[in-house]
Amino acid sequence: METTVGVLALQGDVREHLTALRSCGVRAVAVRRPAELAEVHGMVLPGGESTTISRLLDSFGLLDPLRARIRAGMPTYGSCAGLILLADQVLDGRADQHQLGGLDVVVRRNAFGRQVDSFEGELAMAGVPGAPLHAVFIRAPWVESTGAGVEVLARVPDVPAAGPAAGRIVAVRQGAVLATAFHPELTGDARVHRLFCEMVAGGVIAGAASGAGMPVQAHEM
Amino acid sequence: MGSFGATAEFRTHRQVERFAVSSAAQNQSTAPDAAVSQTGTGRVKRGMAEMLKGGVIMDVVTPEQAKIAEDAGAVAVMALERVPADIRAQGGVARMSDPDLIDGIVRAVSIPVMAKARIGHFVEAQLLQTLGVDYVDESEVLTPADYANHIDKWAFTVPFVCGATNLGEALRRITEGAAMIRSKGEAGTGDVSNATMHMRQIRAEISRLTALPADELYVAAKELQAPYELVREVAELGKLPVVLFTAGGIATPADAAMMMQLGAEGVFVGSGIFKSGEPARRAEAIVKATTFHDDPDMLAKVSRGLGEAMVGINVDDVPEPHRLAERGW
Repeated sequence: METTVGVLALQGDVREHLTALRSCGVRAVAVRRPAELAEVHGMVLPGGESTTISRLLDSFGLLDPLRARIRAGMPTYGSCAGLILLADQVLDGRADQHQLGGLDVVVRRNAFGRQVDSFEGELAMAGVPGAPLHAVFIRAPWVESTGAGVEVLARVPDVPAAGPAAGRIVAVRQGAVLATAFHPELTGDARVHRLFCEMVAGGVIAGAASGAGMPVQAHEM
Repeated sequence: MGSFGATAEFRTHRQVERFAVSSAAQNQSTAPDAAVSQTGTGRVKRGMAEMLKGGVIMDVVTPEQAKIAEDAGAVAVMALERVPADIRAQGGVARMSDPDLIDGIVRAVSIPVMAKARIGHFVEAQLLQTLGVDYVDESEVLTPADYANHIDKWAFTVPFVCGATNLGEALRRITEGAAMIRSKGEAGTGDVSNATMHMRQIRAEISRLTALPADELYVAAKELQAPYELVREVAELGKLPVVLFTAGGIATPADAAMMMQLGAEGVFVGSGIFKSGEPARRAEAIVKATTFHDDPDMLAKVSRGLGEAMVGINVDDVPEPHRLAERGW
């Protein structure tokens, strides 16, 4: 079966993620229903408004199936709002915001400030070879703290001019879950997506041997 | 940085270098490039609109309404003093909202807050930027402040959304620095026919450009009264280089879904929510309908039990001098 990666398509920059994934040579599909989720080997949670996506996940019966897949080891990548959804704990979110979990981190929502504080710049990321990434941060969160099993892949440069953002964690990985506070899908540089697609391909190979991490039967809505 | 796609050349006049390396000590940093970042770039402004796609932006006049909108799943709220239906009913000059009102709404919600400035009123826009608003709508719903010029939107860190009734108008706004476009519709009427017309017009003009041979794009640019470079970009992309939302007259989940099927990437709802019988339920239904715009079963499900829609006015009954869509050029 061809490697298929889903992009959660309830709200946000879905098209940009689909384009980036396709440029890595995988089949990429939009996912809005549990039956569509059941057919993918990995999922991308796009940038968007995390409160809106969280609400729609609940309304359309995707919350539990997606949680179950992530818990079962499905490779999952979240950018910005996706990072917020994957975090076990969120600061400055809404009390009724749902967490998918999977990342043992505390994330601060809108940590860099309002839109006038959104910025772009060069950023080195572990696991991404070559030149620094061009990272675009839009009303972005940062990772306030990480649990034992979480690998820190990138931090804001620790220079005085970065102010309170200096040294903040902006890319992490824990097992099959990858997340960035920035939006590689907006730059035309697919290296982060390629890293994720390698994780998905690894999961597919491991899953073929053990039966884990493979698509599961859909729950009816 | 020119290698990161076609939009990289769109830059503001006043980009701010935030992590700029200034002291000698910092210059010893191993990777000086890694310490430079910029706010207010074209990509950051347009990217913000990309994150709103597939979402609903709701007009609100109080912090309480803003909370209802956020609870219902709005991706952003538009803070204003009077919804378009009331501006229409009460008449008078419509201006930027009171800063206290905007502050109250900014404090009430965690989602982005937009606010309207009058067409051409660059000082209202300066105030809105200072107030920390996330997006400025240079809006025909307010009384224009300048009948010749729109705001030079490149001069701001805050991004702008502007209305358009056709492709030429959209491209002129993008030339002035708009990072997002919305069709105009006829705000405050609950009559979706003008929004339909504008969406169809923009879509048809884009599709015409994609079919033109390259040597006819020069004349197309002249006819559209838009810069050739932008016209060529649209012809190549088959879409605007910025996000296109729809606005004006959307009152039901089906209205929102129709606009999405006509090619809108998201929806502004003005008077349609808080001039209806049950705002919270209607707001939530319009959010769901926008996500599942192509699924009639789902649309039927979310359209039930919403109470009275706003009564509305037929656009034909609005005397021409009072039609908002005709403001801006």
